[in-house]
Amino acid sequence: MIERSHHDMGGLPAGKVERSEHDYADWERRVDALMVLLSGIKGAQKLLTVDELRKNIEAIGPEAYDKMSYYERWVVSITQTMLQRGVITTEELARKMVEVKHRG
Amino acid sequence: MSELGKYAPLTYFQLMEVSLRELLVEKGVVSNAEVDAVAADMKSRGPERGARVVARAWTDPAYKKRLLADGTAACEELGLDVPALRLVVVENTPEVHNVIVCTLCSCYPRMLLGLPPDWYKSSNYRKRVVREPRAVLAEFGTRIPDSVTIRVHDSTADMRYMVLPMRPAGTEGWSEERLAGIVTRDSMVGVALAQAS
Amino acid sequence: MVEAKFQPGDRVKVMKAYPLGHIRTPYYIRGCSGVVERICGAFPNPEELAQMRSGLPAQPLYRVRFAQADVWPDYRGGRGDTIDVEIFQHWLDRE
Repeated sequence: MIERSHHDMGGLPAGKVERSEHDYADWERRVDALMVLLSGIKGAQKLLTVDELRKNIEAIGPEAYDKMSYYERWVVSITQTMLQRGVITTEELARKMVEVKHRG
Repeated sequence: MSELGKYAPLTYFQLMEVSLRELLVEKGVVSNAEVDAVAADMKSRGPERGARVVARAWTDPAYKKRLLADGTAACEELGLDVPALRLVVVENTPEVHNVIVCTLCSCYPRMLLGLPPDWYKSSNYRKRVVREPRAVLAEFGTRIPDSVTIRVHDSTADMRYMVLPMRPAGTEGWSEERLAGIVTRDSMVGVALAQAS
Repeated sequence: MVEAKFQPGDRVKVMKAYPLGHIRTPYYIRGCSGVVERICGAFPNPEELAQMRSGLPAQPLYRVRFAQADVWPDYRGGRGDTIDVEIFQHWLDRE
């Protein structure tokens, strides 16, 4: 139902709250740090707003949203925002991902 | 190279993190040193910072008044650096119990308390605590009688919220440091009460 | 900034609309009536910021307090229970 966005979930039925916690992995902390730096909370740049971050998370389809972890959603959203802002291009990202993957 | 080293391949999302970061470094947008420094800084922020604020409020009524009027200024008064945080502190009393959520994403006073726990960000918490707070609190082992008003705070915009839990009985004469030691993160989110033991 | 229309204590009603875009007024509160608990200040409009626009002029943001019994038809809890939500002025009408 498009009138209610998937992320806008207050009041929907759900099961028990699992009181899970996990120690954040280094890559997750780096994603968090990128957000802090790019949004200008720290450092000189202001290349994204938390509002764009949220919008791009909200644009993740419901199935993917549910399957992805919190920082997986963030890294996708930050990357989308950088593409939208023209800081990086899809081609640059593609080439870099191939390069990193083959580095092993 | 991921911290998993040679022993496990990067997931798609870890690959994206490395790739995005390297591109941004190449373009001079950020440096690896900056990223590591900010990550380390966030790691150093934890609930003990909020606990100091609570302990001060418990022992100094004038400070408590200032805290309830302007949470951010009161944190800064204690030398706590809280960039970009607009903090509203809500007080638990014998008549009122407060609990915090962000149903739309997971907003949390990170710069004061550090990164939130997984359960706070979970769909089940975000869905249910606004509609059945007593049931959710009971799952945390916290029973609030019907005679006590429950106020839920949904952080939908620019403010961030922290609960000032009630000072438990049996702590008379305790030092601020000792008091800070019994203030838990869960009591500052509102799913638990501060306890003396 | 846009001038504040409401004061603490005013009864307000949230617009019962379901538009598209990035929205910080939760679905569950639309169409509900509550009382302004405080004026939080004026902030750039997040709906506009999300679209890479400035969000200016800054819009008044209110903390509005709703009775839970008014929000959920099946609310099982104290009759005094409330939920506070931050809502931007353009989503609110006087009741």
